[in-house]
Amino acid sequence: MKAALVLFPGTNRETDMSDALRRAGAEVVTAWHRDRELPAADLVVLPGGFSHGDYLRCGAMAARAPVMAPIVESAGRGVPVLGVCNGFQILIEAGLLPGALLRNAGLRFVCRTVHLRLERRCRLSGHLDVGDVIRVPVAHGDGNYFADSDLAARLEDEDRVVFRYVPDGRGAGNPNGSTGDIAGIINRAGNVLGMMPHPEDATGPRQQSRDALPFFQGIVESLS
Amino acid sequence: MKVRVHVTLKDGVLDPQGKAIHRALETLGFAGVRDARQGKVIDLELACADEAGAREQVDRMCRQLLANTVIEDYTVEFV
Repeated sequence: MKAALVLFPGTNRETDMSDALRRAGAEVVTAWHRDRELPAADLVVLPGGFSHGDYLRCGAMAARAPVMAPIVESAGRGVPVLGVCNGFQILIEAGLLPGALLRNAGLRFVCRTVHLRLERRCRLSGHLDVGDVIRVPVAHGDGNYFADSDLAARLEDEDRVVFRYVPDGRGAGNPNGSTGDIAGIINRAGNVLGMMPHPEDATGPRQQSRDALPFFQGIVESLS
Repeated sequence: MKVRVHVTLKDGVLDPQGKAIHRALETLGFAGVRDARQGKVIDLELACADEAGAREQVDRMCRQLLANTVIEDYTVEFV
């Protein structure tokens, strides 16, 4: 199983993402933002970072990069696409996922472990089961998922919330003010997942948890 | 031709930066401020000389890149 990591100027989470995918058994190849074609891959991953310095809006420039045309085309053919943190922001700016990601409600950059509950199984939920709670870090300044009341209702009706922040026993779980405690959503076709927290940083030694390893292992197994 | 694009958050979209500015103004003693919202100004210099053509072009720029119309409104001003 081959995963294509897409790199933009300012992407900085690619090494951890690559490690997590390899740990789960994937072979990793990379694509650069100026590429007009993607390498053949079973999964496309947009890792986190600060593409183009977060200028204008987070992900706005990256979403208009040449490499996005083949990504949109692949997503349309049903190729699974995972966007984490800045990758999620890029997928939203590219119109592959709905809503917007705003400045955190508390204005602070939030860097800590959060508890995430899997709300539904999907092609990109790996070995996690509904109701499983995993400990995963967040590290973002603009992760406040915004959906107006119509979109929020539609996401719930269509069962498109994949991950939700839940209380971690020390207080509120939602670190950024996201509508409905939403941490990750999937597109209607069920093959494009975007999430703010960093599952790649909860898969190995010297990380605070390995809770997300079954997430990657399941994804890699299902695509092998 | 010079064009100024104003991008502002739509009503109802939380603006924590505007809130922080509001609080800072109060701290400075400006008590009469009811609300503060922060936006962006983008100045463009276009080769195009015809105003209708420029307006159409800038409108497309706004919808495709300069504004995120899910959360933002924009206005175009000829300067």
